[in-house]
Amino acid sequence: MSLAQGVTGRSGTPAAPVPATRRRRRARFNPAYVFIAPSLLLIVVFILEPIVQTGWMSLHDWSIGEAHHKFRGLANYSTMLHDHRFWNALKVTCGYTAAVCIGQVVLGLLLAEMLRRTTWFTALLRSAFFFPYISSLAVVGIVWKFVLDPQVGLVDGWLGSLGLGQPNWLQSTSLALPTLIFIGIWKNFGFAMIILLAGIQGIPEYLYEAASLDGAGAWGRFRHVTLPALRPSVLFVVVIATITGLQLFDLPYVMTSGGPLFHTESIVEYLYQQGFVNFDLGYAAAIAWVLFLLILAVSLVQLRALRYRDVD
Amino acid sequence: MSTETRRLRRVGRTLAWVVLSVAAVATVIPFLWMLGVAFRPASDLYAHPAQILPGHWSLDGFRAVATQLPFGRLIVNTFVFAGGATLLLLLFDSMTAFALARLKFRGQNFVFILILATLMVPFQVTLIPVFLTLFHLGWLNTAHGLIIPRATSALGIFMLRQFFSQLPRELDDAARVDGAGAFTLYWRIILPLSKPALASLFVIQFAALWNDFLWPLVVTSDISHRTLPAALTLFSSTGGVDHAALMAGAAISLSPLAIAFLLAQRFFVQGVAASGVK
Repeated sequence: MSLAQGVTGRSGTPAAPVPATRRRRRARFNPAYVFIAPSLLLIVVFILEPIVQTGWMSLHDWSIGEAHHKFRGLANYSTMLHDHRFWNALKVTCGYTAAVCIGQVVLGLLLAEMLRRTTWFTALLRSAFFFPYISSLAVVGIVWKFVLDPQVGLVDGWLGSLGLGQPNWLQSTSLALPTLIFIGIWKNFGFAMIILLAGIQGIPEYLYEAASLDGAGAWGRFRHVTLPALRPSVLFVVVIATITGLQLFDLPYVMTSGGPLFHTESIVEYLYQQGFVNFDLGYAAAIAWVLFLLILAVSLVQLRALRYRDVD
Repeated sequence: MSTETRRLRRVGRTLAWVVLSVAAVATVIPFLWMLGVAFRPASDLYAHPAQILPGHWSLDGFRAVATQLPFGRLIVNTFVFAGGATLLLLLFDSMTAFALARLKFRGQNFVFILILATLMVPFQVTLIPVFLTLFHLGWLNTAHGLIIPRATSALGIFMLRQFFSQLPRELDDAARVDGAGAFTLYWRIILPLSKPALASLFVIQFAALWNDFLWPLVVTSDISHRTLPAALTLFSSTGGVDHAALMAGAAISLSPLAIAFLLAQRFFVQGVAASGVK
């Protein structure tokens, strides 16, 4: 059912070879090419060519409006090696991604297990938990910024009425990133819950009955039946959460502008700043290539892990 | 002792349901508070920030946002972008998926692998050259500049190809016997049978584009061409913000998907479960 499962399931089976005689008879125009033309054209123009061009630009001193771009070899990359702001953005992005990923999987597992039976009440709870996932991260960021506002915000309002201190959530160097992580988990745990719920509901009932006969309690059934059966679904959530996390942009852009003191500046935000604010397109392209390699590595690890699953 | 443990277990279970219910309410509280702020005057908000329901009701926030932003225009822009790109995407992706799943052509495997490979390319990576291309074409700040680069997706092709492959092969043979060509087979037989898959893809793609932020932020600089999330951010970063207006704007931006979710939850859940991509 999931995308990831399909990747290995389908691509492994090649199309049947066309016999030579039939191929010759089909030498006239094949309508299939009309069907694939629009998508293929868009993919070539807006995905494949730009990837190559990103790589090419990253080797240049490229600024907008100039006819000639000075070739710099790997200079952009060696600048990046010594760029504290880049390493900081990488650290922020990876920290955010790991924390949101773990939080999302743990909460999603817990809720999927507790809400596995479908009644009107569990359906209602599931909808509430899923709701943040369908809303725009940028808009939700604006809303949260005001929920956390020291003067008019709900959270500090409550803390104040309890006589507690009012931490400066988004201006504090130690709290800003954890606050964004919390919002990231809040936004996405409903997604994990839905995927894992679908996984749990696909586990045959007899496995649980067999485990009960062997004397397993609720924890034992969860540990030895649910968890192993859910491995592909968990892996899928982890991969999607990782890729989404590495692309983090909306939340810091809207809520903190990467601050305070770059403590929440993500890679994509840094890329945006270099490319679309400073117009240093060559350097931004180099950052984009590093991001691409990072995501490619994650995807390849995913494919590997899934292949192991098929062998099991 | 067994009645004792049974009672304990029942107490535990009740407690778990109470905790879950509280958590569910807490999850949607930011949205409730947003609605409350949208409907209350600033004085009321400053006096009781911890209150979710307004003490006094007012529509000033909605009036203010409608005068300070070209809101009608923004709503139309967002609908045109999300709707236009999604419809084109459904057409192009289903055509490609049909060719891959039901037709035979030279280079079929190569094309399929090429499409699979682009699944791993996030659009942030290609953003800079695509921006330059749009710049040279004069497509920045236009609807087609927003729509056309997003009018196909490897994920959509992949999902639909999976679905089309599962339809019985006898359909193709029967259609051929009746003298139908590839176009008739695609338009009259395969597409009508694939309505559930198309609906799920429509919902998740529309939602993703409606919520999209970085793309419209880069492609449009002129407020009258922006989409709601991008325009609202611009509005929120200007000084001296009117809270009620901002939250009213946020509420309006979120409402189409929220209403669609309440009406057609099934498609959201199926779409997400089938693809798992925002």
